[in-house]
Amino acid sequence: MSALASTSFPAALTVLVLVPAAGALVLLAMPRNRPDLFKPVALVASATSAVLAVWVLAEFDAGSAAVFQFWQQYEWISGWGVSWQVGVDGLSLFLVVMTALIFPLAIVGVDAEHSPKPYYAWMLVLEAGCLGTFLALDLVMFFVFFEIVLVPMYFLIGGWGHGRRAYAAIKFFLFTMFGSALMLVAIVALAFLHSSAVGGAVTFDLTAIAESQVLATNTARWLFLAFALAFAVKVPLFPVHTWLPDAHTNAPTAGSVILAAVMLKLGTYGLVRFGLYLFPEASVYFAPLMITLGVIGIVYGAIAAAMQRDLKRLVAYSSVAHLGFIVIGTFALNTEGLTGGVLQMVNHGVSTGALFLLVGMIYERRHSREISELGGLQKPAPLLAAVFMVVMLSSVGLPGLNGFVGELLVLLGAFNAHRWWAVVAAAGVILAAVYLLWAYQRVFHGPASGANAEIPDLRWREGLVMVPFVAAIVFMGVYPKPVIERIEPAVDAIIAHVEDNVSGFAEPVADVHPSVSLEDLARSTGKVEHNGGDSGDHSGGGAEHSEEGG
Amino acid sequence: MMGTVLAQLPVRTPSVDWAGLLPVLLPAAGALVLLMVRSLVPSRPGGRAGRRAKQVHTGEAVARAARERSEQEREEPRPDASGSHLPAQVLVPAVLDAVWTFAVAVAGLVSVAVLWQRDADVEAFGGQLVMDRIALFVAAVVLGSVALAAPTLPRYCRRVGVASAELCVLALLAAAGAVVMAGAADLIVLFLGLETMSIAAYVMAALNLRRLESLEAGLKYFVLGAFSTAFLLFGIALVYGATGTTNLDGIAGYLDTYIVLRDGMLLAGLAMLLVGLGFKVAAAPFHAWAPDTYVGAPTPVTALMASAVKAAGFAALIRVFVEALGTRADDWRPAVFALACATLAVGSVLAAVQSDAKRILAYSSISHAGFILVGVQAASDEGVAAVLFYLAAYAPVAVGSFTVVAVLSGQRDDRTGLDTLAGLGTRRPALALGLTILLLAQAGVPFTSGFVAKFSVIAAAVEARSYWLAVVAMVSAVVAAFAYLRVVVAMYFRDPGDEADTAEQASKPAIGIGAGAVIVVAVLLTVAMGVVPGVLESLSSTAAGL
Repeated sequence: MSALASTSFPAALTVLVLVPAAGALVLLAMPRNRPDLFKPVALVASATSAVLAVWVLAEFDAGSAAVFQFWQQYEWISGWGVSWQVGVDGLSLFLVVMTALIFPLAIVGVDAEHSPKPYYAWMLVLEAGCLGTFLALDLVMFFVFFEIVLVPMYFLIGGWGHGRRAYAAIKFFLFTMFGSALMLVAIVALAFLHSSAVGGAVTFDLTAIAESQVLATNTARWLFLAFALAFAVKVPLFPVHTWLPDAHTNAPTAGSVILAAVMLKLGTYGLVRFGLYLFPEASVYFAPLMITLGVIGIVYGAIAAAMQRDLKRLVAYSSVAHLGFIVIGTFALNTEGLTGGVLQMVNHGVSTGALFLLVGMIYERRHSREISELGGLQKPAPLLAAVFMVVMLSSVGLPGLNGFVGELLVLLGAFNAHRWWAVVAAAGVILAAVYLLWAYQRVFHGPASGANAEIPDLRWREGLVMVPFVAAIVFMGVYPKPVIERIEPAVDAIIAHVEDNVSGFAEPVADVHPSVSLEDLARSTGKVEHNGGDSGDHSGGGAEHSEEGG
Repeated sequence: MMGTVLAQLPVRTPSVDWAGLLPVLLPAAGALVLLMVRSLVPSRPGGRAGRRAKQVHTGEAVARAARERSEQEREEPRPDASGSHLPAQVLVPAVLDAVWTFAVAVAGLVSVAVLWQRDADVEAFGGQLVMDRIALFVAAVVLGSVALAAPTLPRYCRRVGVASAELCVLALLAAAGAVVMAGAADLIVLFLGLETMSIAAYVMAALNLRRLESLEAGLKYFVLGAFSTAFLLFGIALVYGATGTTNLDGIAGYLDTYIVLRDGMLLAGLAMLLVGLGFKVAAAPFHAWAPDTYVGAPTPVTALMASAVKAAGFAALIRVFVEALGTRADDWRPAVFALACATLAVGSVLAAVQSDAKRILAYSSISHAGFILVGVQAASDEGVAAVLFYLAAYAPVAVGSFTVVAVLSGQRDDRTGLDTLAGLGTRRPALALGLTILLLAQAGVPFTSGFVAKFSVIAAAVEARSYWLAVVAMVSAVVAAFAYLRVVVAMYFRDPGDEADTAEQASKPAIGIGAGAVIVVAVLLTVAMGVVPGVLESLSSTAAGL
């Protein structure tokens, strides 16, 4: 992939990362006796990033979404070949925009329960870390940001959480750090093996390493496993997911929102950017394993969610299920699946972020998240119930809302690649409807008694915070084209990269003979409108060629 | 008069580049001057000197009494001996001791900086002491540690009742010995430097006469140190027997030129050298002395042991193994591999189960030694650069962390349990933030020197194809992180109701300008090295000859 620098504002992405960090420093330096200023300062810093991100979105050239735009590189540790290198392409664009938008919303929507100064400072550090992770194009820089986000989240959970917060914070930190510990070794090994094969100085440049593909097959598989472990913990995939319910449940509301909306995406994004792109052969080789884990996550997460008594824990387990969809979409290794996966990253961020905000609002009113203690909230708080329903239905995947588009694409892709797993995963959609609708029914329907009848409805500020979420949910459900047409070129480039570098691998597409040429394939997939059920175009494209039963 | 007469006579002296030896001479001379001034020139009116003698005497008496009693019924320090009741004038000489130590160490640093600009290495005494770039780098770490630890001393010595002049003299002497070790080009010189440093360190460890643990620390350190010295000497003798020289270059040259067919003696010597130096850097399984010594020693002394003494030990390891015995790397690398694994595992696992902040830091210091051994194990220039980088990065972290402990440790220097830290985040937010940053650096979190240091040793190990060692190191870093996080939890996440809310816990420990400055500088260095590691990276690479 080549890279484009921005002409009007070359340092846009660097500034995007540094503004929240600078905001945190400003907060740190502010006098302690002006607590009323902490939130505005945090808001200004994060809103500046948001404006910048929206500007980047507007300036982003959809036609060349496969290349890194706003690309910029500075020397950092030149002796070790480490540079500060940022860029955004179709894969990261919407994640960056979502991150930059959700942080100010989380800061506006939730007040610090105590000690506002460190709270907002950690939020801003977290924002800088998340944005840096999505934008980094240097392996070490990526690792640095991937790892630094643990610190603010650790303090947010431990300092402002509920219940067993210290336990949850330490568990979260150690699990994730353990995952990434091996990734650091793999990153260094990758760079050294690359430089000794290619010759020249050691470099951690993602593009340079990914494009040259010089590793021996076996080595690449080992390194892939080290990377995949780090991302699997973060996603989280099935056997290493146990930190997630604890962290989500005990975190403060804003922490849960960020954790679900942004930080889980660091893992799935990493799987695409650093899994598929760096190790195409190993990705193909381990795809069945990853898909299996993803499917287990879908079913297990759904069943576990259905059994929860705590509303927040239920949403947390629903994340395990939803993230499973993203993983199977990614490792379907075809345009539909991967596009759906990337789209679903954004969708899950919007829906689950909003769900956690709403659960936080309920908790703030009732001081309980036990589903059995809630009930009939619809009567005293109709607006809250309505917003909750829209968000919940988007999470279920109701057509017309954003979740449907992503899940459908994922299932299409998975069906072409691993038919029966797609069938099992589709059952997960039904299970999602079961546990979410059931939870909604128990919390909002029925007679409201006692404290439940007294709760106030959405306040102005809460309503305003929910507006962007609902708008995004509806917009991306009704008209996902502008989003998909920016994601898809990048996805096509990744799939083509995998095909180029893995002999004998062709994108699993419905009813297309494997010998079909890439150009035809690109043409046939390129003109598909992926907003639902258009797989007919594939058979149309494939029908021109001789068909043999697959 | 005499001087002018002598100057007119043509005296033939051996040509020694005295200016080049300043990093050794300055701390040594500084120590001797301080020793003389403080023992001969009465710095205070006689009455106070007498009181001071009595004070030390009282300390000895208490210690003797304490030795006789069981540990449980230790005598509380006499109120008149505890710091706050002493008149303020006693502080003044203590300040001067520390200022002198600081000035001498800084002068040493300046001399190192000047020598660094020279292109040629300084050779002295027939090539037995070579101040090359590695030696200068380690000298800078050693002298920097002393300079960084010094400002804590006046207030600490007054509070705990440790004789500040003795401490300062010994610290400077230890530094001189450490620099000699770093510059040693001969096994005998190495031994001399090591003994100078170690004996000073033994005494320093036992300097808190009122605390039984301090005496125990000194004794343990001394007995095991002497034991390890015997190993080292035996190793030197065997290597001499095998190669016919004690000169490090000579050994390297001999092993380069000749293939030692019956190499039993050489290998035995090599093993004994490894044991001897392994003791000094507290590598498992030769680490047993370290936790008790670190915990028992006066806390600023612990800071020096973790930074300066450790740096000198690793300089010696590099000199002997990577440089002199580099051709036999295939023989010693597996042994160092095992040592590194054991050290990492022991340090991090045992750090995770401690309930005392000073002990956690002591075990974490062992685990850091494991990391540095990973760099040694690479047996390459990159490895040497990584070791140097790690030493330089760890020194301020160690000094800063132990200084925080010293600030909190109370009048007897023994209040170091995790519960002492409870609620520090609200009582002393700045101090807590400082310790948090230093602990995160030890855990290897990005944007601190700890991450870059770990990155550099991991890179060296991977480049030397020691993948599994790198994996072990990273996994043990996660285990060690648990220990640091427990400290952070104690500072921030404990509910006020969790602990018995004693008056002391609610108190705000006094930090003092000196210790405060030390912590601030340590934190700034830690963050600066983490954000802009390029400077230190190029210095360590240059030193390693890359």
